[in-house]
Amino acid sequence: MSRVSLNLCLLAVLGGAGLLAIGNVAMPEGSAYHVPTYAVSLAGKYLCYAMLAVAVDLVWGFAGILSLGHAAFFALGGYAMGMYLMRQIGTRGVYGNAILPDFMVFLNYKELPWYWHGFDNPAFAIVMVLLVPGVLALVFGWLAFRSRVSGVYLSIITQALTYALLLAFFRNDMGLGGNNGLTDFKDMFGFALQADATRSGLLVATAIFLAVQLLVARYVVTSRFGKVLIAVRDTESRTRFLGYRPEAYKLFVFVLSAVMAGIGGALYVPQIGIINPGEFSPANSIESVIWVAVGGRGTLVGAVIGAVLVNFGKTIFTGALPELWLFALGAMFILVTLLLPGGILGLLSRQGRAPKITPAAEPAE
Amino acid sequence: MKQHQDTLLYLDGVNVSFDGFRALNALSLVLEKGEMRAVIGPNGAGKTTMMDVITGKTRPDSGRVVFGNSTDLTKLDEPDIAALGIGRKFQKPTVFEPHSVWDNLLLALAGDRRPRFTLWARPQSEERDRIEEILLTARLAEHRHRRAGDLSHGQKQWLEIGMLLAQEPQLLLVDEPVAGMTDSETEQTAELLREINRTRSVVVVEHDMAFVRALGVKVTVLHEGSVLSEGSIDHVSDDPRVIEVYLGR
Ligand SMILES: Nc1ncnc2c1ncn2[C@@H]1O[C@H](COP(=O)(O)OP(=O)(O)O)[C@@H](O)[C@H]1O
Ligand SMILES: [Mg+2]
Repeated sequence: MSRVSLNLCLLAVLGGAGLLAIGNVAMPEGSAYHVPTYAVSLAGKYLCYAMLAVAVDLVWGFAGILSLGHAAFFALGGYAMGMYLMRQIGTRGVYGNAILPDFMVFLNYKELPWYWHGFDNPAFAIVMVLLVPGVLALVFGWLAFRSRVSGVYLSIITQALTYALLLAFFRNDMGLGGNNGLTDFKDMFGFALQADATRSGLLVATAIFLAVQLLVARYVVTSRFGKVLIAVRDTESRTRFLGYRPEAYKLFVFVLSAVMAGIGGALYVPQIGIINPGEFSPANSIESVIWVAVGGRGTLVGAVIGAVLVNFGKTIFTGALPELWLFALGAMFILVTLLLPGGILGLLSRQGRAPKITPAAEPAE
Repeated sequence: MKQHQDTLLYLDGVNVSFDGFRALNALSLVLEKGEMRAVIGPNGAGKTTMMDVITGKTRPDSGRVVFGNSTDLTKLDEPDIAALGIGRKFQKPTVFEPHSVWDNLLLALAGDRRPRFTLWARPQSEERDRIEEILLTARLAEHRHRRAGDLSHGQKQWLEIGMLLAQEPQLLLVDEPVAGMTDSETEQTAELLREINRTRSVVVVEHDMAFVRALGVKVTVLHEGSVLSEGSIDHVSDDPRVIEVYLGR
């Protein structure tokens, strides 16, 4: 992963988001430079997915942990933000109840469940956006890495984790809106969510968070910690005989990654306007791995490129041939795996990330 | 107990079985401080398994492995044992292939292994000096910037020995270091190990009799998981039981 390509990526993300926001807010409707609000929100959505992709790349690309449940952390961050946005609706809901969200009134709740308390406070909600995915990753990772669960087994239990959450969040008695999820948001930190300026502001905020995330991720993977992490990825047992505890390294990066995914989810929800249990669906997590594979695993920049391009493709494709999207995604994954093991970035930089065939240097015995 | 002040490592009646197959059979062995010991024996004699037991990879069914004065290694895991000062070189060279030779040595260098340290660690001048020193010893000075995965087989073996040195262990366990090496590489390796032995204890497992002879140290012959014979290379190669095991198959 080169410094230059990451800096270019930061420039593209921040510059692109800035230009779209200006085009939306400062250019009059009808001007050739005007950017419609739906395009702003679409770009915001892509950048949130890019945050999820960077999180996946951090664990998969640099620690060899193929998590097939990372969308769960994204969704949990999203739900934490969604709960805050629900509480902001207040008396503007259909039932006009100042305390209880509409779905609770509808389900005959008499009072707010205990875990909803505090979510009217933005600072509390922000802490929860970080804490909920982080603590889940901490507990899950501690159990898994300490027992030396890795490889396919780890992938399978991460799928099971997100699937279990999917089923739980579907239930009405979870108190989180059941299969309808949380929606009908009105405002966030005092800004009306329907306003163009808020939408543009959210896009710019997402770009800034993504940029910070990329810088943090770069720091981590290029530090001595990151070198150990890569050593663990390739030759875990060797690091142990050198005195390192691979489980501690994996746990740290897994928690960091989960928090990053959670922030992505928290920014996703106000821009999309809804969070429902579908976000936990195992296919979402698998898609996020495909973005990283397409862009180039272990490069960080590739994760951003993959997430944006594949989702742009999805937007176009599902408009024209919705029923074929999953086949297209699967075909893309197979083609990339077979023909482009370094992903798009590997192709661009031509540094040949594909396993090199080394000539037989070993002398005959 | 025959253990005394100068004992560094003491294996006492160690048994290991895999699905009923006895890989180590009441194996006992004493290594003095500062000693270099060659361990030979036919394939499957249990040499690698012995190293697995000492380094915590394999837990014995019974027996004790005492390091220094009183530490029982069978109660510890790999990172703890490494931290006590026991380093290991594997039969098949295992280095961190995507990293440079320099970074391989940096990661092996003795020091704090916890994430909270490595996350903020900056290269220190003492570290640089130490790595330079090891690069010279391991004959890798001109390869410092190369990717470890691109080194030749022999160079990887030396890099791994260099990484062992960087750990500053009291005891080095070296498994078949000259397998697949050319004659001149083999000679240089013997020299390297003798150099290392000036300050550290070493156990070398090897098949190559010429190499063991070149080392000129006490030899332990393993056979079917226990010690068959022990003494100078001339003593053991005259031992009729050893001749039978090596020639009578
Ligand atoms: N993990 C294991 N499971 C089953 N058998 C093993 C295992 N490790 C070693 N063995 C067996 O134990 C015996 C000793 O092996 P090893 O210590 O590798 O011998 P050496 O290094 O002397 O060639 C061999 O017969 C080998 O097949
Ligand atoms: Mg062996």
